[in-house]
Amino acid sequence: MEYILNPWPWYISGPLITLIMVILILFGKNFGMSSNLRTLCTIGGADKYADFFKIDWKSYSWNLVVVLGAIIGGFIATQFLSNGAPIDLSVETIKDLNTLGFSNAGENLLPPEIYSWDAILSVKGMSVIIIGGFLVGFGARYAGGCTSGHAISGLSNLQLPSLIAVIGFFIGGLVMTHFILPLIF
Amino acid sequence: MKFLKFLAVGILFGIILVKSEAVSWYRIFEMFKFQSFHMYGIIGSAVVLGVVSIYLIKKLKLKSINGNQIHIPSKNKSFVNYLLGGIIFGLGWALAGACPGPMYILLGTGVFSMLIVIASATLGTFVYGLLKNKLPH
Repeated sequence: MEYILNPWPWYISGPLITLIMVILILFGKNFGMSSNLRTLCTIGGADKYADFFKIDWKSYSWNLVVVLGAIIGGFIATQFLSNGAPIDLSVETIKDLNTLGFSNAGENLLPPEIYSWDAILSVKGMSVIIIGGFLVGFGARYAGGCTSGHAISGLSNLQLPSLIAVIGFFIGGLVMTHFILPLIF
Repeated sequence: MKFLKFLAVGILFGIILVKSEAVSWYRIFEMFKFQSFHMYGIIGSAVVLGVVSIYLIKKLKLKSINGNQIHIPSKNKSFVNYLLGGIIFGLGWALAGACPGPMYILLGTGVFSMLIVIASATLGTFVYGLLKNKLPH
């Protein structure tokens, strides 16, 4: 039981993510989470504004069920399968985060400096998550996929476009982490 | 009933991503700082095993559970959209610390402010749809 309650090492988690992809392939589907955002747009009536959203959303509803499951899975994992152990971040990471003004790094999954209600109800905090979310949604569709669709599924299928997208993910991520975050925090 | 299996896959996915800490903003920060092997180990092992799995699925000509031939679609051959879209995605990933799977999972862990991230990501996707024909691909 202790093995389950403690955080799982990469060599357990990585192969299990592969298993998710393989199960979905054997179900005749594919592993890609960001396409759900497009489906949500279509359900919300976006097909009246752009052809891009003229899709039969019902044929993607299986993926929304995966999303529903993922929400439940997040609940189960934190409520029943965790012992509250802090995230074992590297010493340098904790030091760098301290310099940026993030205290108690790793005590929760997310930094209260961004995601607590106090932070969100400030102009800066609200802007950070709105802009962050917007870039993720816009970029994922522009690139035709996200971490699951490109970094896992696409690379596993040896797709050159996915490699280009993943290189893009890293360019953007490195610029944000090394140059922009220090300007914001 | 046919949706039950997808619900189960989703639940498993959510549990794995929480237990792996891949849903953590801190782990994403650490990854982009190259200060830990953890995230590289997760993605790297998933991809290596994924390459072998897909090779075998194709080689053995496996059928899906509905009895259809498995077809894994190839990505369109283009360049600019993958690179530019990727960069935009990466900026958002490192800022919000959550990509489109973890957003929902984190909501389930009780972080209700994630709803704002999900709403803005949906808006981002909508704006892409509006601008699609004007953007270089």
